[in-house]
Amino acid sequence: MTLTLTPPSSEQTWTRVCAVHDILPGTGVCALVQGEQVAVFRVAGRVFALGNRDPFTGANVLARGLTGSKGDTLKVASPLLKHAFDLETGLSLDDPAVMVPTYAVRVEGGDVWIGSRG
Amino acid sequence: MIQAIPQTQLPHVVIVGNGMVGHRLVDNLRAGAEANTLSITVISEETRLAYDRVRLSAHFDDDCPDLSLATADGYEEQGVHVAWGRATAVNRDSRTVNVTGKTGEQTLAYDALVFATGSFPFVPPTPGRDAAGCFVYRTLGDLDAIRTAAQDAKTGVVIGGGLLGLEAAGALRKLGLETHVVEFAPHPMPAQLDAEGGALLKRIIEDMGIGVHTSRATSEVSTDDAGRVTALVFADGSRLETDLVVFSAGIRPRDDLARACGLTVGERGGIQIDDRCVTSDPAVYAVGECALHGGWVYGLVAPGYAMAKVAAANLLADLGLSGPTDARFIGADMSTKLKLLGVEVGSFGDAKGQTPDARSVSLSDNVRGTYSKLVLSPDGTRVLGGLLVGDTARYGDLLDLALSGTPLTVPPETLIVPPLPGGEALPVSTNALVCSCENVRTNTLVSAIEGGCRDVAGLKKCTGAGTGCGGCVPSMHSLLQLELRRLGETVVNHICEHFPHSRQELFNLIRVKGHRTWDEVLGAHGTGLGCETCKPAVASILATLHNEYVLKAEHAPLQDTNDAFLANIQKNGTYSVVPRVPGGEITAEGLIAIGAVARKYGLSCKITGGQRIDLLGAQRDDLPAIWGDLIAAGFESGHAYGKSLRTVKSCVGSTWCRYGVQDSTGLAVRLELRYRGLRSPHKIKSGVSGCTRECAEARGKDFGVIATEKGWNLYVGGNGGVTPRHAVLLAADLDEETLIRTIDRFLMFYVRTADRLQRTSTWLENLEGGLDYLRGVIMDDTLGICADLDAAMARHVDSYFDEWAAALADPTSHARFRTFVNSDARDNGVQWVNERGQIRPASLHELIPLPMAGGDD
Repeated sequence: MTLTLTPPSSEQTWTRVCAVHDILPGTGVCALVQGEQVAVFRVAGRVFALGNRDPFTGANVLARGLTGSKGDTLKVASPLLKHAFDLETGLSLDDPAVMVPTYAVRVEGGDVWIGSRG
Repeated sequence: MIQAIPQTQLPHVVIVGNGMVGHRLVDNLRAGAEANTLSITVISEETRLAYDRVRLSAHFDDDCPDLSLATADGYEEQGVHVAWGRATAVNRDSRTVNVTGKTGEQTLAYDALVFATGSFPFVPPTPGRDAAGCFVYRTLGDLDAIRTAAQDAKTGVVIGGGLLGLEAAGALRKLGLETHVVEFAPHPMPAQLDAEGGALLKRIIEDMGIGVHTSRATSEVSTDDAGRVTALVFADGSRLETDLVVFSAGIRPRDDLARACGLTVGERGGIQIDDRCVTSDPAVYAVGECALHGGWVYGLVAPGYAMAKVAAANLLADLGLSGPTDARFIGADMSTKLKLLGVEVGSFGDAKGQTPDARSVSLSDNVRGTYSKLVLSPDGTRVLGGLLVGDTARYGDLLDLALSGTPLTVPPETLIVPPLPGGEALPVSTNALVCSCENVRTNTLVSAIEGGCRDVAGLKKCTGAGTGCGGCVPSMHSLLQLELRRLGETVVNHICEHFPHSRQELFNLIRVKGHRTWDEVLGAHGTGLGCETCKPAVASILATLHNEYVLKAEHAPLQDTNDAFLANIQKNGTYSVVPRVPGGEITAEGLIAIGAVARKYGLSCKITGGQRIDLLGAQRDDLPAIWGDLIAAGFESGHAYGKSLRTVKSCVGSTWCRYGVQDSTGLAVRLELRYRGLRSPHKIKSGVSGCTRECAEARGKDFGVIATEKGWNLYVGGNGGVTPRHAVLLAADLDEETLIRTIDRFLMFYVRTADRLQRTSTWLENLEGGLDYLRGVIMDDTLGICADLDAAMARHVDSYFDEWAAALADPTSHARFRTFVNSDARDNGVQWVNERGQIRPASLHELIPLPMAGGDD
């Protein structure tokens, strides 16, 4: 079931994907947002959303990656070949030419809302 | 049209032939003269550029192995022109060479000409040798022809038991043919081996199921009415029925073109060259197997490479492109180290002891299946040559002793006794040969490290060492560590940036402080948020110590995907499930049940290398249901993933086998059930063989057990993988209880003290004091920790539970297996292709493009 709501800002369409407590701290889940697979992570008290497709392998697996940090950067490592991505920017930490899309996130009343691709 | 050669004022080198040596010459020339100073043309008769002929047999392992040494694009980048075709005539007066190709004829003018025409296989004038079904083994084209013919053949014979003949036999065997080798001499590899080494090699090859017929002269290839091969007839009248014959009776230099243009050739063939690799015409050079130097034609690639280097230096000097040079080819060492059919064979220097009054020491080990011999100077102080069959680990060191002529400082027999793990290394010269493929010595590597190389990859790039067979990479690694320490650089053993500790230190900290969760461990000893390196390592340590359910909320975020989903992730993000089959023993009902699960969920099946059945292609959503069905049929899933015990392989043992002396299957089942679920620094495998025939390949495992008349022999520290190791004997003739107690302690001691991802073999090698020390700790309790180790294993065994059943029973974990948190849809990126009757993941180019849904609709 997918709920769609049109918020005040007309450019952004927001979709409620789950409750925050549906995501175990330090892990990710995958949500289907208007046909796109979005990896939603709960790390260090914040929620991040990236495309779920690992660009190095073509498999939809990023939500299953291990999260962590490299210096001050929060990251997720793809479970297949361990390529890491910056949770805030979607940039690959292994190859600066590669990135995954990021999505706007709102947490309201304990619910996680994902905006269209940023 | 054949590629036009630009008219240019640059000096022009034409190289006839683009084999391995011809290609090396191109590289050497280009290294000394860039494209704007020297024009180079190679004439290639084969339809592809240089490839690694030494690894020709890899062609049978893999449909399209990358054997290429050169590519058309690469040559173009280097400014090297290729004339496709065959050189048909050389006019030395006008300095031109004619080339005939598919598209016509062209004439190339040269300033310097190099023959790199190689050799052709010698086929003895045996009647019937041209029959359909007769082949030679030289080019990729030959291999393709053999492969095609093998489809309709059952039996194949190789005539010639030399290096290439055995290589060809291996290829026939890989094609599924019943394979025989026929050799005129009394044993295989007569050019390299003595009678004893040859006899051992013959035995090893026969044990592989290849027929070896020595002291046989083939008098005729007999054929049927259609002119197809049916059998070989020998001089004594006996016959060997066969469908296919491969001649591998030696090579002959290809010197016909050189002969025709009046160059001096040897009586028995070969283009005569001097030490500068120049022929009887100062503008013409020759290198490789077509050349005759000092009465020798070298049929190996290493001397060819040496000639290419010398020829390039002299050629550049002769054309005025470099200063004078004293580069000379002064003959080459005929040392060979090979892995033939999986048997290691090495031969160097005066291997057969032909030096007058030479002495020798040899060690023939029928248990290990090895033979080593050193030929010594008459006074016994220097190594002149040697032979190694079955184990060539010391080849580089011994070859080095022979080449350097260094006086021995130890009794020679100690040089051929196999080393104990952690034991003293062989004393060698300070500038030992590390990589014999690329001829790189210690000094070169040390300079590279001093010059800034900080890893093995850098050393490879910088020195070329380790880029051939790769056998020296572990030595390079040790040397690197040693040098970095010597240079005063800290060799950091920290697990990652989040913990200033090694895995062993972390293990001890967690154990002593009694931490039970990640938050406690990170809070007390770490910084940051952790990462994909330290999280699974801590998860593994916690699991070893407490064996709690890994998907408990506080442990779940630490698990790498396989532990997180209790199954093995595959390339397209689906998982495979491998039901546990302890010891490989399974009932008919069990087989049917597994088959039914595979059919129900559309899974692809594959028997694994460890006596289990892999069920591939499971969608994450289906995993709990698959486990439920397996549990209902009496199975649990198995650890086909993560760092834990995988399988204990076994043969049928005394229960069924006419040779078996103990119940190997029964013991394997007991061991697998005892150690299942044990988390460790690296995956652990085991095997139990019911007799010394070793059908379970127990010595290739972390711990292997082999039955004796009196009990069990325990071997430890073996592994397969990239650097295979044989496990070494820890204790002999143990009764079952002592055996299990010893394995318990071995495993626990390893789990506590090894580094992350360190296999038992490297752990044992790095253990100060080696095998004796290990024996002391776990058998004689020299550290007084055995009671602790025993208790730790008892705790593991007692606390084991079926994690898959636990996941099924835990309602909170079910949600984790859904593909989407907000939808019941499946991953539409998972697409299958049918192959040999089962599914496989679609490759990127086979994927059906998915509609880009999003903001537009």
